[in-house]
Amino acid sequence: MQLRVDWILCDGYGLCGDLLPDLIELDEWRYPILRPEPVDAAFLDSAQRVVDCCPMRALKLEPIRAGRRAG
Amino acid sequence: MPEAPGAPPADTTRRYGGNLSLCSLPHRYGTVGSDRWQLRRSARPEGKPRSAHHRTGDRRQRSTTLITNRIHQRLLAGPPLSGGAEPLDVQSARLGTLPRGAERDGLISTIEASGLLGRGGAGFPVGRKWRALADRRYGSAVVVVNGAEGEPASAKDRTLMAYRPHLVVDGAILAAEAVGADEIVFYVGQEHGAAVAAIRRAVDERRREIGLPTRLVRAPVGYVAGEASAAVHFINDGDARPTTTPPRVSELGVNGRPTLVQNVESLAYAALIARFGDHWYRSAGRFDSPGTALVTVTGGVREPGVREIELGQTAGEVAVAAGADPTRIRAFVLGGYFGTWARTSDAWSLPLDPAVMRDHGLTFGCGIVGLLPDDRCGVLATAEIMAFMARESAGQCGPCVFGLRAIGESTRKVAQGEADTDEVRDLERWASQLPGRGACHHPDGAIQLLVSALDVFGDEFTVHARTGRCSVTGSPVRAAVG
Repeated sequence: MQLRVDWILCDGYGLCGDLLPDLIELDEWRYPILRPEPVDAAFLDSAQRVVDCCPMRALKLEPIRAGRRAG
Repeated sequence: MPEAPGAPPADTTRRYGGNLSLCSLPHRYGTVGSDRWQLRRSARPEGKPRSAHHRTGDRRQRSTTLITNRIHQRLLAGPPLSGGAEPLDVQSARLGTLPRGAERDGLISTIEASGLLGRGGAGFPVGRKWRALADRRYGSAVVVVNGAEGEPASAKDRTLMAYRPHLVVDGAILAAEAVGADEIVFYVGQEHGAAVAAIRRAVDERRREIGLPTRLVRAPVGYVAGEASAAVHFINDGDARPTTTPPRVSELGVNGRPTLVQNVESLAYAALIARFGDHWYRSAGRFDSPGTALVTVTGGVREPGVREIELGQTAGEVAVAAGADPTRIRAFVLGGYFGTWARTSDAWSLPLDPAVMRDHGLTFGCGIVGLLPDDRCGVLATAEIMAFMARESAGQCGPCVFGLRAIGESTRKVAQGEADTDEVRDLERWASQLPGRGACHHPDGAIQLLVSALDVFGDEFTVHARTGRCSVTGSPVRAAVG
């Protein structure tokens, strides 16, 4: 599983970075910077809780996507 | 069968044997004028290139010069461009009518075998894109013919549409048939007046032949309006801002249907490959990527404009053909505003070939060959591009809005001598943070250009920041501005 942000929905509340600094860094405008690697199994539960906390429903925890595809 | 355009004469062509591993390409390409990479030579046309001046319908009122180079003319082969849009009967006499039905069985396989890459900027293989859509499990599809061309340095799409509109319509018909579409939308930049008019006329003339609901949508002015999801968004809702993917437009596009969004040059080329085959397509191209391509030469040249090149021609050859003085070129910007800067010493013998360029961290993009004259400051030029990219953000995604705004402001301060070296460190940090953090690739493209600027003009950035003087002109940067 990996974390993904819907950047159009995200409004920079930054709750995700406050709650899960091990996985999510915040930039100076409080928008998240995610790690590229999959979420470690040990963090899956907390990742899901953080996803549920996102006020904009912009953060998702989802299966890893395949590579480059058309359109 | 009509003669295929642009086939190099056999006696002057040496085939590239395929033994050269790309990995063996050194980072630098040897000395200026080196013919080390010219494994295949094509006959040069005799005499001076013909040229035709015209004014495009561009709102920016740029005067574009079209330089023809007969041997590599495929997309722009045919009557002189000064004659305007090529009429259908003239094109049919020259290229034959479009292959129909049974004759074009296996078209997708032919396109795949040709190796044609998309010409909108991303360079995705056209055949694979068509195949993916044709293999969908359900629903009828839509073809969007993308002629938005929002890249300010580019003029090749509007040129193709204005002068060879029927080739573009041919490609649209073929794509619609190949992927099983039942609607075609021509999406043409509203500021490209001659292109809009030519496409409208061509479509009206061929409505019966097209046999599908077909409409022309004028794309709004804007850098991101041509991005695939933005195009679909505008066609659906009148809002030319990108949408979050997935879902991709190939799954959920125009009116919720699977949609093929394809650049006009890619479609026009498909129409030639349908007629003359994949072997013909591959008979041009000196390195990895076969074919010819339309490029726009801008900046420090006597004759800027659109020209058709054989892929693998060097940036230096293209520059000289456009009247550049090799001793007066400071750097190249390749690919577009989302492209890359390259030192003249690196770029001069560089094959303009998407695969070779990618392997060297450079971009073919939408075919911009921009030349920075040696009396212009690369830092300032970069600051202007960054300011443009910040302005052209669709304004939806925070990292793009705030990050590009900060980068634009910071590069301006560096360029104008209002910054200290911390500013350069900030730029490097933002450049590492921003990529991948947007619904579309707008910030990624801007960062790619910035990173290449920091590489190519790194010392100048530092000199500007530390001394407030321009290292190009030696004068205080405030005097160099404007």
